[in-house]
Amino acid sequence: MGQALLLQNGRIIDPANGIDTQGDLLVAGGLVAGIFPGGAPAAQVAGAEVVDATGKWIVPGLIDMHVHLREPGDEHKETIATGTRAAAAGGFTAVACMPNTRPVNDSEAVTAFILAKAQEGSARVYPVGAISREMRGEALAPLGELRRAGVVAVTDDGRPVGNSQLMRRAMEYGANHELLVISHAEEMSLSENGVMNEGPLATRLGLRGIPHIAEEIMVYRDLALACYTGRPVHIAHVSTREAVDLIRRAKAQGCRVTAETAPHYFSLTEAAVDRYNTRAKMNPPLRTAADVAAIRQGLADGTLDAIATDHAPHSELEKEVEFDLAANGIVGLESSLPLGLVLVREGLITPARLVELMSTNPARILGVAGGTLSPGAAADVTVIDPEVRFVFSEADLASKSRNSPFLGWEMQGRAVLTLLAGRVTFRR
Amino acid sequence: MAIEQPFSHKHVLSLADLSPADIRLVLQTASSFKEISQRAIKKVPTLRGKTVINLFFEPSTRTRLSFEVAAKRMSADTFNISSSGSSTAKGETLIDTAKNLAAMNPDCIIIRHSRSGSARLLASHINASVINAGDGTHEHPSQGLLDLMTVQERKGRLDGLKVAIIGDITHSRVAHSDIIGFSKMGAEVHVSGPATLIPKGIEELGATVAPSVREAVADADVVMALRIQKERQQDPLFPSLREYATFFGISRAVADLAKPDALIMHPGPINRGVELDPQLADGPRSVILEQVTNGVAVRMALLYLIMGGD
Repeated sequence: MGQALLLQNGRIIDPANGIDTQGDLLVAGGLVAGIFPGGAPAAQVAGAEVVDATGKWIVPGLIDMHVHLREPGDEHKETIATGTRAAAAGGFTAVACMPNTRPVNDSEAVTAFILAKAQEGSARVYPVGAISREMRGEALAPLGELRRAGVVAVTDDGRPVGNSQLMRRAMEYGANHELLVISHAEEMSLSENGVMNEGPLATRLGLRGIPHIAEEIMVYRDLALACYTGRPVHIAHVSTREAVDLIRRAKAQGCRVTAETAPHYFSLTEAAVDRYNTRAKMNPPLRTAADVAAIRQGLADGTLDAIATDHAPHSELEKEVEFDLAANGIVGLESSLPLGLVLVREGLITPARLVELMSTNPARILGVAGGTLSPGAAADVTVIDPEVRFVFSEADLASKSRNSPFLGWEMQGRAVLTLLAGRVTFRR
Repeated sequence: MAIEQPFSHKHVLSLADLSPADIRLVLQTASSFKEISQRAIKKVPTLRGKTVINLFFEPSTRTRLSFEVAAKRMSADTFNISSSGSSTAKGETLIDTAKNLAAMNPDCIIIRHSRSGSARLLASHINASVINAGDGTHEHPSQGLLDLMTVQERKGRLDGLKVAIIGDITHSRVAHSDIIGFSKMGAEVHVSGPATLIPKGIEELGATVAPSVREAVADADVVMALRIQKERQQDPLFPSLREYATFFGISRAVADLAKPDALIMHPGPINRGVELDPQLADGPRSVILEQVTNGVAVRMALLYLIMGGD
C-alpha cells in the first residue's frame, strides 16, 4: 500500500459527488482517505508524502472504455503490460479491452488469461467478451460463462453483427447476466472494401469510400432493437452527425442508450487522410467538418456519454504500406486527455464534464468501480496539469506502437501523476 | 531548346500537383520532341548515362512500351520489372522493392500499381524521381497530358472547349487526370455514364455531371469514351454489357450530337462495340492513334524535365 500521500492545494473535481473545489486529497492505505476543502488539518496528514498540486486538477482516475491491447495474438503491436503503461502515461487507471484478439475473447479461458496478465499491469483491465463465437456473427458466444469469468460487456467490435436477430438475442439473453451489449455500427454491404469517408476527397485520391450512412443505418437498427427489447445498448465510436441525432432522439424516447466517441472524431476531419496518410486511417473513418461539429455538440449536450480512444496499436509493418492495405486504427491513450482539454479551453465543456466523459460515465456504463473520489474508494486518482505546453512526440508514447496522427502537434495539458489504488503508476 | 521557366517538380505523381504553367511547359517540350520520332535516326543523347526503371505491377503493353521507347529515344538506359517476375510475388513489400531498387541508384522509376497512392508511397521512400504510370483508381498523369497535347494540336487551344467524358468515371484513373487537366487548362468537362459509376464529389475535380450521355455530348468539341472493365460487373453497377452498350455506348447517332469537327478519343484498349462504335473508333474524327504517338513525345518531355538535360 505504501506511504500515505497528500495531494495538496489542487482543484478537486469529482462530478459524481458534485465536488469542484480547491483543497487537499489524502490517500492512505490505497484508499481515498479524505477530501479537505481549504486544506487538511496537520494532525491528519502527519507522515504523508506531500505532493504540491497547486495549479493542478485532482480527478478520479480516467477510464478508457474502448482499447485494443492485442494480447493474446499480436504481441508485436502491444501487450497488456505495454498497453496499460500507455494508459497510465495518459492518466488512465482502467481500460476495457476489446475481444478481437487471437484467439478471440469468446471463452472463459481467454478472459482468465487477460485478467491474469493484467495483475502485473499498470492499470485495471476490464475484458470485453465477444457477442458471437469467434466473432463470426453466427452463433452466440457463451455470454453467461464470459460474464462469470469477468467480462464487463460484450461486443464484436471491429466487425458489426450483421444478423439483426443475433443482435436482438444478445441483448435479450444479456438480461439474464446483466451484460451490456456494445455495438460496432457498420452496414457492411455499404462499407465493404472502403478505406476512407466517401466524398470528394476519396474521389480525388481514388480511394474507395465508406458512406456515413453505413454507420447510421446500423446505429438506427441497434437503437431500434434496444428500444424494442428494453435492453441497454452502448454505441461505440460514433463518428457522424446523423448518428448523434439518432442517439439524441432515442434517449429522448427513454430508451436505454449510451454512446461514446473518440478524440480523433472531434479533433480531425478526413482532410488528415490527404497524401495517403495511413496514420489517419481507421474504422469508422474520419468524417467532415460538419460531423466534427455535431460530435462536439453531442459531447456538450449529453447525447454522447463518454470519450473512449479506440486505442488500436499497429506496427510499421501494418501501416507503412499502400493505403488500401494499411490496417485500421491509431494509438490514443497518451493523446486523449490533451485533446479533451482542447474542448474545455474552447469553452465547449466544463472541466467537470470532461471528467464525466473520461471517468465517471465510463465507470457507470460498464458497472465497474471507480469514477469517483468518494472517501473509502480505491485511490485511483489522476493529477492533471492543464497548462503545460508540449509538442506531442514519440517520446510521449509508452505504447509499443507509433501509429498516431497527432505526433508533432502542439498540445496543452496532460496527466502528471497517476495513482492506481494509491500506487504511483506514472509520474512526470 | 528554350525553356522560359524551370519545371520545379521532382516527381510526376498527379496532375493535381501541376500548375497550368507546368502543364504548358510539358506540352511545349513534348511538341518540340515529337520531331525526333520522325527522324531516320530516332535518338538524341540528352539523357545518356541516366537509368530509368519501369516498375510495372499491373499488366500493361501500351504504357510500358511508350515509356520505354521514350526513354530509349533520349538515350537513357531502361530496365523493365514486371509483376510476374518480381519479388512482390514472393511477398516483398512495395517499400522493400523500392529500397532495393534505390540501392542500384536509378535516376527515375516509372511505376504502375493496382493501389491508389502507391506512386506517392514509392516517392516518399526513394531518392530517384518517380513518374506515376497509373496507380489504382487515382490518376494516370502522363495519359492526361498526352490527351491534352492531342486536343491542343488538333484544336489549337484548350481554353473554352467542351470535353465530354463518358463511362466509368469512378474507377478510371485516366478520367480523373483528364478532368483535372482539361479543367485546369480552361476547358469545360462534362461527364456522364451509369449513375453508379459517377463518384461523389467529382465536381470538385472540375467536372460537370450531365444528366444524360446525350446532353454531355451535345455540342462537344471532344468526345472521350472510357473503357468498361469487365471485372466491374461483379459489383452490381450495371446490369449487362449489352445494356451498357445500348444506353451508354457512343453510337454514331450520339456522336452526331457533338460538333461536326469533334474529336473522338479513347485511352485504349477499346472494347469495340461496347463503349464505342467501331466505325467511330476508326473514322476520320478519331484521334486514338495520335494519342499513342503523342504519348511517346509527352513521356520524353517528362523524363527530360525531371531528370534535366545536364
